[in-house]
Amino acid sequence: MSNVLVLVDHAAGAVRKTTAELLTIARRLGDPVAVFIGEGVSEALPALGQYGAVKVIALSNPELGQFLVAPKAEALAQVAAKVEPSAILISSNAEGKEIAARLAVKLDSGLITDAVDVEAGDGGPVTTQSVFAGNFTVQAKVTHGTPIITVKPNAATPEAAQTSPEVEEFDVTISDTAKTAKIVESKPREATGRPELTEAAIIVSGGRGTGGDFGPIEAFADSLGAAVGASRAAVDSGWYPHAYQVGQTGKTVSPQLYVAAGISGAIQHRAGMQTSKTIIAINKDPEAPIFELVDFGVVGDLHKVLPTATEEVTKRKS
Amino acid sequence: MKIVVCAKFVPDATADRRFRSEDNTVDRAGVDGLLSELDEYAVETALTVKEAGGSEDGEVTVLTVGPEQAADAVKKGLQMGADAGVHVLDDAIHGSDAVATSLILAKALAKLEADLVVFGMGSTDGGMGVVPAMVSERLGLPAVTLGSEVTVEGQTVRIRRDGDTASETIEGTLPLVLSVSDQANEPRYPSFKGIMAAKKKPVETWSLADLELTADQVGGSSAWTEVVEVTARPARTAGTIVTDDDGSGAAELVEFLSTNKFL
Ligand SMILES: Cc1cc2nc3c(=O)[nH]c(=O)nc-3n(C[C@H](O)[C@H](O)[C@H](O)COP(=O)(O)OP(=O)(O)OC[C@H]3O[C@@H](n4cnc5c(N)ncnc54)[C@H](O)[C@@H]3O)c2cc1C
Ligand SMILES: Cc1cc2nc3c(=O)[nH]c(=O)nc-3n(C[C@H](O)[C@H](O)[C@H](O)COP(=O)(O)OP(=O)(O)OC[C@H]3O[C@@H](n4cnc5c(N)ncnc54)[C@H](O)[C@@H]3O)c2cc1C
Repeated sequence: MSNVLVLVDHAAGAVRKTTAELLTIARRLGDPVAVFIGEGVSEALPALGQYGAVKVIALSNPELGQFLVAPKAEALAQVAAKVEPSAILISSNAEGKEIAARLAVKLDSGLITDAVDVEAGDGGPVTTQSVFAGNFTVQAKVTHGTPIITVKPNAATPEAAQTSPEVEEFDVTISDTAKTAKIVESKPREATGRPELTEAAIIVSGGRGTGGDFGPIEAFADSLGAAVGASRAAVDSGWYPHAYQVGQTGKTVSPQLYVAAGISGAIQHRAGMQTSKTIIAINKDPEAPIFELVDFGVVGDLHKVLPTATEEVTKRKS
Repeated sequence: MKIVVCAKFVPDATADRRFRSEDNTVDRAGVDGLLSELDEYAVETALTVKEAGGSEDGEVTVLTVGPEQAADAVKKGLQMGADAGVHVLDDAIHGSDAVATSLILAKALAKLEADLVVFGMGSTDGGMGVVPAMVSERLGLPAVTLGSEVTVEGQTVRIRRDGDTASETIEGTLPLVLSVSDQANEPRYPSFKGIMAAKKKPVETWSLADLELTADQVGGSSAWTEVVEVTARPARTAGTIVTDDDGSGAAELVEFLSTNKFL
């Protein structure tokens, strides 16, 4: 079988769920070979083995962490030259897409971003993308070079397939050009204890209609074990950090359930959430465009509806 | 300092957007289009950097690759205050993928000898957000991407960006490729004076030959990706909507959650 490279997405060896999804998808296409950049490969090994990595290629050159993504792309290109994979799968986040972009140029290969599904086809992987704010679904494939595909969170349900991969250290050489932009300061984001927005099964989002008080949004989210999101209006007003914005210029999410409270449903917001499986809205205005999308809507004041609903959910769950 | 803004012409997201049935490419000619909204932030950044420099030799050029109507994207940039425009126009470009587009842009940028190249964070149609990194790769220039705060002092460009896991400050030295997010600024509206002045500003139209590129290096023939099928999303069926005038809204909401197994 051919090798499929999977770039491991992790925080100091703690493997993200998206990597389990990528490994699951990679198994449809060939033998998954995990590429691990940074510290913590031994911590990551059990998770990589659980989802079927046949081998782990570890790159630990410290320079890989200091200079943004150009060196990582360079390293991955060197791995690809050695392994000659039949496809390369990378998570669709800002860093992943930038690595993929550079890799596509280096390998003179086609790139597909934001795949929501990948299947094996006759001439290589066939991807599914949701485009134009979710109004169209397209199937695409790469016709030249090594297919490079960035895959969105939740594109597959992780399926375990135990292996015991060997770890192979790989030495990379990093050019001076790749070292020209540097991170001079980094403040880690505080953990909220809630699920990651792009990975969550349920999201409760608040907009301008919260009037700046996200308390009812957070409480309702917590009763459901949900992540919290926000509209750009809420973010621009400084009510919630930008990292939680849902929409065209925020996160695109596709959870099982999306609850929009005090959000009108502008096209740029819809672009980020309208592929959610089930949609609920709470809005004072019966004419709000968000109601065109909903499976269930409440015309009412979120400050009244949400606290009562939170109480009821908590009661039923206990 | 020579600043070039890469600005894309895209189908209007609030109007009809569709694919051409013959080749599954985006219909750009038969629909309303405009300067990609997110590139307005890039134009604004370029203008602010130029104005902050206060130097007489600062110049902002808007560069677009696209069909005939894409001249409108250049025009909008000029109306906002850019000094000059370049439109790369050639029938062979239709159907280009991101890799091919980045090749055309890189060739044009090399010809323009840009010190600072400013991109938007992503187009509002393809929205891949990959072209800035591809161009940086081709030009061998550093890239600092997704800036939500940008300052240029002398040769040093500094940006702040809020990522998924951290808020970072990144530095690079000119010449450099930059992309900015919609958090970066508030794009200005063209003034009446700006609209009038734009009519007199120089716009060059370049063909592939002007960039020493051939038709087989771009367009559908060398797009390394192919769309094999396009399906319109079925319209959502109307859901249940209740009105909370007697305080029953919460109970009905929770009942819906329970029936649909979200509890
Ligand atoms: C280039 C660009 C990119 C953008 N990207 C994004 C993006 O990624 N994400 C995004 O969200 N937006 C984005 N926008 C902004 C978008 O156009 C809208 O302005 C924004 O989504 C509006 O947010 P909102 O729905 O919270 O506010 P509004 O549109 O002001 O709606 C507030 C809603 O709350 C309701 N309401 C008020 N009080 C209550 C109450 N007490 N209880 C219940 N309901 C109440 C009102 O009836 C109203 O419908 C972008 C815009 C541009 C130009
Ligand atoms: C719905 C859809 C899906 C697509 N999927 C793919 C795919 O999976 N793979 C693929 O290779 N191609 C794809 N394409 C084609 C791709 O979008 C175009 O080739 C495009 O020119 C480059 O990518 P982008 O528009 O996504 O730009 P982005 O990478 O999102 O653009 C970032 C920035 O680059 C600049 N820029 C981009 N294009 C131009 C231009 N023509 N002129 C001037 N500046 C520009 C702008 O500053 C812009 O803000 C897709 C197109 C559409 C409409």
